[in-house]
Amino acid sequence: MSFLPKALMLVAVLGVAACNNPNRFGAGGAGAGADGAYGANGAYGQGGVGSVGTSGLGDPNDPNSQAYFSQRVGDRILFNYDQATLNDEGRQVLAGQAQWLNSHPGYAIIVEGHADEKGTREYNLALGARRASSAQDFLISQGVAPSRIRTVSYGKERPAATCSEESCYAQNRRAVTVLQAGAGA
Amino acid sequence: MFRTLTTAAALALSLFGGVAHAQQGPLRIEITEGVIEPLPFALPTFSGGGQVAGDISRLIAADLSGTGLFREIPSSAFISNVASFDAPVAYNDWKAINAQALITGNVIQQGNRITVQFRLFDVFSGQPLGDGLQFAGTTDTWRRMAHKVADAVYSRITGEGPYFDSRVVHVLESGPKDRRVKRLAIMDYDGANTQYLTTGSDLVLAPRFSPKGNQILYTSYQSGFPRIYLLNTANMQTRGLDQQPGTMTFAPRFSPDGRTVVFSLEQGGNSDIYTLDTQSGQRRQLTNSPSIETGPSFSPDGRQIVFESDRSGESQIYVMSAGGGEARRISAGSGRYNTPVWSPRGDMIAFTKQSEGRFHIGVMRTDGSEERLLTSSFLDEGPTWAPNGRVLMFTRESAGASGEPALYSVDISGRNLKRVPTQGGASDPDWSPLLP
Repeated sequence: MSFLPKALMLVAVLGVAACNNPNRFGAGGAGAGADGAYGANGAYGQGGVGSVGTSGLGDPNDPNSQAYFSQRVGDRILFNYDQATLNDEGRQVLAGQAQWLNSHPGYAIIVEGHADEKGTREYNLALGARRASSAQDFLISQGVAPSRIRTVSYGKERPAATCSEESCYAQNRRAVTVLQAGAGA
Repeated sequence: MFRTLTTAAALALSLFGGVAHAQQGPLRIEITEGVIEPLPFALPTFSGGGQVAGDISRLIAADLSGTGLFREIPSSAFISNVASFDAPVAYNDWKAINAQALITGNVIQQGNRITVQFRLFDVFSGQPLGDGLQFAGTTDTWRRMAHKVADAVYSRITGEGPYFDSRVVHVLESGPKDRRVKRLAIMDYDGANTQYLTTGSDLVLAPRFSPKGNQILYTSYQSGFPRIYLLNTANMQTRGLDQQPGTMTFAPRFSPDGRTVVFSLEQGGNSDIYTLDTQSGQRRQLTNSPSIETGPSFSPDGRQIVFESDRSGESQIYVMSAGGGEARRISAGSGRYNTPVWSPRGDMIAFTKQSEGRFHIGVMRTDGSEERLLTSSFLDEGPTWAPNGRVLMFTRESAGASGEPALYSVDISGRNLKRVPTQGGASDPDWSPLLP
């Protein structure tokens, strides 16, 4: 596997650390500002918050914007319980992502795999990795260069929805594609 | 960090007093059998005066009562008091209040050092149970000395190994459920003396002690990706282990000799089990399967590894040689089995079981027989063994958006389920070996 040069990769890693809250584009999130979006990421502390610019998400109506990618193309796909197999809807979303990525070569991506809380911590890490990998493989099959993609698993550590019911679990069993601006050129 | 451990090396253990016989009289609790009534004991406040003598006395009583196997008789019921540590015991006065065990003690203070002396008596046979012992150390290690006394009493009466003088590394959690801040921390087994090991700037998971308790393996997102790290508690230095780009490493545990780390490595979505020699850095792949292999744990003799795999479709427990190779499935029931951990005594494997929407902590023999579920809740997971292999601690998380994790302990008999006090929400406990 070929990866980006190390320095570049580090930038990408810091970037994802800083803006990894999967809810940042959540309900009404188009106006994602420094406070509501990045500042809320408790997991990575002050270091991450300080390194993040607040521009660049853009208008979801602008097809070249990150907001367009996350909201219109769709930045996430969902999975069945204890499964990492893509369903038709997931493949459709990923195909859209691949198309967008292929026409926006300036972006690298990190695919985050997640699990619901009905599993043990380490198993869920492995399951999240499986899900991220399923998405990654499909994106590659759609022409996205492997060197632009990295995966990470959060297991059950970063739920998108926090209730303990199937309605939330269904949202948490996901793979989220996070754009890394300027990292994939 | 672990300053108490360093001074603990100075804890002297010595014999004193006359000849006593290690006898197996009527004063005996069999932990694995049904105990109906806790054994009543009397513990008059240790002589020597001062606050520390009272604190030590209360902590010894709390350790013993906390097991659920002993019951303290209140001092208001005492007929006689212990005039001096060396005075003859008035057995009849203790018999009269049905004290089966009598624990007497004395605390000698000299500057910032204390010496704690104690004797244990079998009241109904009218004899000492074992020799008198004394422990010496600095005043700030008084809790450890109390735990040592309680350990000696517990061991003499139950015949089991001690475990009170031990610590628990765990994860302290704060913040909302979707943005938890997690910090590694160490505390005494009873929740006292919490010390933070990390700042909370990085997500950290599942710490595990080295066999000597002086190093801690854990998984951190420090690099942005889950990787295993090794923390030396003497100097607080951390180093990453096996940092391979494009992979995730997690679920680390030490071999019993402390030289090898067994862990999971994920590459291309597939997790397998590997070992890493911490000195040479040599890595070895033990499983090679498209399924999830994780949760490895060595047998105490270092010859076998128990782990979980979903190669059959759902997670089950398997045992293989420490060098890898053919694995045999040992779990047989319906449901998912995860997080197997070999008992330090070698006789059992504790695990998490998920069945019909509930989570359980359970134990089974190392061949999978005699499975017993000890707990049941919305979410119980990740058991860790007390050093004597008779008590388990685990994470219990409550449901809902406001759900919070907490540490609980339970005897392998299923008795004495109780919450362990922690500094806020806590998860992923790992019990240290008995302190030296």
